[in-house]
Amino acid sequence: MIEIKGLSKSFGKKTVVEDVTLKIQAKAITSFIGPNGAGKSTLLSMVSRLLDADTGEVLLDQSDVKKMKSDAFAKRVAILKQANHLNIRLTVRELVSFGRYPYSKGRLNKEDQKFVDQALEYMNLTDMQDKFLDELSGGQKQRAFISMVIAQDTDYILLDEPLNNLDMKHSVQIMKILRKLVDELGKTVVIVLHDINFASVYSDRIVALKDGRLVKDGPTHEIINSDALREVYDMHIPVQVQDGCRICVYFNSHN
Amino acid sequence: MGLKMRLWMLISAVIILSVISLFIGAINIKPSDLLDWESLETQIFLISRLPRLLAIILAGAGMGIAGLIMQSLSRNKFVSPTTAGTLDAAKLGIIISMMFFTSMSYIGQIMFSFAFALIGTFIFMQLLERIKFKDVVFVPLIGIMYGNILGAISTFLAYEGNMLQNVDTFFQGSFTLVVSGRYELLYVAVPAIIIAYIYANKFTVAGMGEDFAKNVGLSYRAVLNIGLVIVAIISTTVILTVGIIPFLGLIVPNLVSLYLGDNLRKTIPHTIFMGAAFLLICDIISRLIVHPFEIPVNTTVAVIGSAIFLIMLFRGKAYAKK
Repeated sequence: MIEIKGLSKSFGKKTVVEDVTLKIQAKAITSFIGPNGAGKSTLLSMVSRLLDADTGEVLLDQSDVKKMKSDAFAKRVAILKQANHLNIRLTVRELVSFGRYPYSKGRLNKEDQKFVDQALEYMNLTDMQDKFLDELSGGQKQRAFISMVIAQDTDYILLDEPLNNLDMKHSVQIMKILRKLVDELGKTVVIVLHDINFASVYSDRIVALKDGRLVKDGPTHEIINSDALREVYDMHIPVQVQDGCRICVYFNSHN
Repeated sequence: MGLKMRLWMLISAVIILSVISLFIGAINIKPSDLLDWESLETQIFLISRLPRLLAIILAGAGMGIAGLIMQSLSRNKFVSPTTAGTLDAAKLGIIISMMFFTSMSYIGQIMFSFAFALIGTFIFMQLLERIKFKDVVFVPLIGIMYGNILGAISTFLAYEGNMLQNVDTFFQGSFTLVVSGRYELLYVAVPAIIIAYIYANKFTVAGMGEDFAKNVGLSYRAVLNIGLVIVAIISTTVILTVGIIPFLGLIVPNLVSLYLGDNLRKTIPHTIFMGAAFLLICDIISRLIVHPFEIPVNTTVAVIGSAIFLIMLFRGKAYAKK
């Protein structure tokens, strides 16, 4: 389990994350939601050690992540930032192979190759494993990166806006895959999401941030209701139930 | 065509070009002359032709690798020792050591120029981190301006010290003066290239960005610094023995990347041989065009290189952006 304790971060005079404390439930999808500039990505970056917190600590199974060795940490937690603009020419298989880097340092043994094969298979990329990343569509590319994270074989998978720039079909595809990772492989997934309805339909828990502070933290059905959402977004968000999914219909809302 | 096949073709090209390179020059040497150990031809062969060939191969391979590492670490296809101030910084270091530390030993001069190349490149990389507008073409333009500022300081110092002409001859990339006893420093590039190959995977991961590198547990800063040291070593040894070879570090890695991608473990061997072949061709042209005299190789490299570079710019901006 990941525990976040009193985490704060400022850039210059601006406080981006302020005294956030929460626990991330294992084997579940937790979505970070909130308005622009709420500090969601910064929080995720601190949890994954990409950024150092000013104060507070992150505990991974009771041990301070800062004190963990970097390759030991890389075997437990994977983070994928918005990677669509990456301009490196690697084949899909090469990229996925780098997911084994914490284990093999680039010299893949038979077991590593097996993990790579499985990760490709899982994301339906086996046929295009020898294609270069720049020959893929946005959705395929995103799948290749997630496949790399699967090959990394970590318990925790952190994703920063994985649906960015994806169309509806590919967004649904990615979210279904994340769901499978939790339900079938027992992973813990934490995502920053902009689209509240994807958060509602696919996540087990929702963490809502606003101006760097934690405003809500609970099971999805407790957060996806008009009263709670007003606190987060300062607007009236009607919620309708459709086929068992709670859908926010905010497009035509009047305060 | 298979990739192994391509590599073998490059290797064969280097071998054939090497043979041609060995047997052209002001004095006509026939292979049969070499049977006589005492002959003038054999002496020329051993003192001049062979060192020259080795120097070309090492310089070509080295500059290719230096460019490849810089492009990977800066994540910009148009960054190279020529377009990031590395060569200009090394040059400034040599001029300062020649002017102000006249009693300095050769080794001291080498270390001095190495330190300048390293610091100069490091400053450019720091600059790169601070600028927000990372357009593919904008970044090397900044590098060229930065290099020109360093170059202006060099020129000013050389002018004040009344050694402008010396400096010009010294840095003119040319293999004319490469004879046995004057090029051995280039062998330092060999371990540098081997280390580059050992670190290939790390450079590739670092080339995907700091966040990406940290995610797989790679210490990004350390890899970046090792890369810069390799680049500085190669650039310094080449500039001190041969002079400035422009464009090669820019073009060769890009040509390889076009068909092979950016996985350094794969591209390093191809870059080595293509760099050597490219410089061999340029040197052979330089020696044949006004035979029995020759023009400096950097002139030929600049003409051919800038032409290829322009084609790359026009056709390849889309590719570099991908």
